[in-house]
Amino acid sequence: MSSDDITLNSQQLLPLYRMMALIRRTEEQLARSHQMGLVPGPCHTYVGEEAIAAGVCAKLRDDDVVFSTHRGHGHALAKGVSPRAVAAELFGKATGCSQGRGGSMHLFAPEIGLMGTSGIVGPSILQGAGAGYSFKLLGSDQVSVAFFGDGAVSNGAFHEGLNLAAIWDLPVIFVCEDNMYATEVPFREATRVQDVAERASVSYDMAAVCVDGNDVLAVRQASEAAVARARAGEGPSLIECKTYRTRPHAEGMRDGGYRTDEEMAAWKRRDPIASYGAWLLENGHASEGGLEAIEAEVNATVDEAIEFARSSPFPDPATASDFIFSAGV
Amino acid sequence: MREITYTEAAREALTEQMAVDPSIFVVGEGIGERGGNFNTTLGLYEKYGPMRLRDTPIVERGFVGMCAGAAMTGTRPVVDFMFIDFILDSMGELLNQISKIQYMSSGRIKMPIVLRGCIGIGGAAATHHSGSYYPLFVHIPGFRVALPSTPYDAKGLLKTALTGDDPVLFLEHKLLLNRRGPVPEEEYKLPFGQAAVAREGSDATVVALAVMAPKALAVCDELAKEGLDIEVIDPRTLAPLDMGTILESVRKTGRLLIADETFGPCGIGAEISAQVMEESFDDLDAPIARLNGAHTPTPYSPSLESAIIPDNVAIAKAIRDLVAE
Ligand SMILES: Cc1ncc(C[n+]2csc(CCOP(=O)(O)OP(=O)(O)O)c2C)c(N)n1
Ligand SMILES: [Mg+2]
Repeated sequence: MSSDDITLNSQQLLPLYRMMALIRRTEEQLARSHQMGLVPGPCHTYVGEEAIAAGVCAKLRDDDVVFSTHRGHGHALAKGVSPRAVAAELFGKATGCSQGRGGSMHLFAPEIGLMGTSGIVGPSILQGAGAGYSFKLLGSDQVSVAFFGDGAVSNGAFHEGLNLAAIWDLPVIFVCEDNMYATEVPFREATRVQDVAERASVSYDMAAVCVDGNDVLAVRQASEAAVARARAGEGPSLIECKTYRTRPHAEGMRDGGYRTDEEMAAWKRRDPIASYGAWLLENGHASEGGLEAIEAEVNATVDEAIEFARSSPFPDPATASDFIFSAGV
Repeated sequence: MREITYTEAAREALTEQMAVDPSIFVVGEGIGERGGNFNTTLGLYEKYGPMRLRDTPIVERGFVGMCAGAAMTGTRPVVDFMFIDFILDSMGELLNQISKIQYMSSGRIKMPIVLRGCIGIGGAAATHHSGSYYPLFVHIPGFRVALPSTPYDAKGLLKTALTGDDPVLFLEHKLLLNRRGPVPEEEYKLPFGQAAVAREGSDATVVALAVMAPKALAVCDELAKEGLDIEVIDPRTLAPLDMGTILESVRKTGRLLIADETFGPCGIGAEISAQVMEESFDDLDAPIARLNGAHTPTPYSPSLESAIIPDNVAIAKAIRDLVAE
């Protein structure tokens, strides 16, 4: 853990732990539900990467906005979407955050700034820049966050979006989740410059840092600086987070062949939740009992959410074509 | 005859052509060692190596534009989009460049490029992974569009695509990939613009596209028990479209239904219907009918997803209604 932030107290520290545990438990239960056939569509989990969503979103307000990816359950939860609404959506239920229209890759909760997860790689970066443009035009101090994977940084959307945000000083935070692979393609084979922060700073003159994406305090600190910069009208930032997903690309997919057991084991030893828990204990910010109590509460919340999802009704087929256009003509 | 799956048949066409034509290469995400998300290139990397099975970054516009340049200069790129939805990021390269360069160069430059991907609704893939989009490409001059529904057609049409000099959209419905069917071991090709009369009949004609073809065949076998004798035509390619076979059938039956999972407006059914009215109005004994999926982005939930695609019950009803007209 890299906390030089002396002002942090347990009121700020423990919610980070809780959020990561909540994401982890939700993902594990969704994965299990997928295996049981209760999640009918694709399911990309965020296991191993929880520190990024938790750390970034800890510094956001409800009226700040997030644009997310196909691996977006963690972003949704960290932005404040309830585990019930996420689970019900993956179960395809009317009570889901997209009323069953979206599923895992189309989670929406605009009321609290979750502007959508996406089945297409790239648009989060451009839409994130667009939200920054709105805020600037409207004179508000809201900020926009675009999450994306290492797989997106060779895409034109990355270069076009970063450039636009930079030339117009937009209040945007670009968060790259470099988990070393795009599906099975290693990042090192997708680019000669794997230093994403360098791409942002050298190519687009943007404030950029590279942090340990498994260190929630490091992510939080980077987010704090980027949010402050954006709110102050000082333009965009990029946070590159080095991390690893410890489950397959998507549930039900094979996970062998492209990465080694040793690599996986090494990253599991750096589990963001376990290492943060240990840090909290060592530094006297929490007791074992305290952490266990958080976990018990989280487990109960998630189990209840899964039960809610399971018992919720499917959407009425007659509503399949609702909402294509706004109401009225 | 031996039976293999649709995916195996298409893969056979690709590997056989790659063996005889060293200018063919494949690009896409995960089509190298991994063998493709839909196993389209399984085992080919071991045979042909990384120059010819090129894993790409996620840069659809980039590799499509690059493949245009390659196709113009002596190679034959096969772009494997996995889900055809991802082709949309490259529309400018396709509609402004790839479809027009043969024309603009007065035929001096060829554009032998195959653009393949999986289409269709199913498995709660939701709206970014359920598209079909073929009417868009049929609308644009300069594209060939192949839409095979059987393993036999998949292999024969892909061979033709890989030996022709035009841009070809080769579209594989996800629900057809594991279907088995007879495929001869001998070399064969299927010409574009030749529909298959998949079932002969005299009471009505059903033109059925992609996954609608096996669905319609199953329905018509059931309806035969009620004494309805329905002809089923699978156009196999939409551009060119074999109107001759459709018109001939309508002359015989006097009744036409076009069944297509994707959207109705400005779609293939509208086009076929207009052409039949232009050419053969007097042969019609009833208004032409269309059966399409709902004009809606594809919802995720199974309860909504199944509500927007024509199922066997809907097909049977449409046929009964047509015959009763
Ligand atoms: C435009 C586009 N092309 C291809 C895909 C298929 N696809 C889905 S996820 C993925 C890999 C994404 O990798 P990365 O951005 O690193 O995110 P990660 O899955 O590692 O979190 C690909 C290629 C897509 N969704 N969108
Ligand atoms: Mg990645």
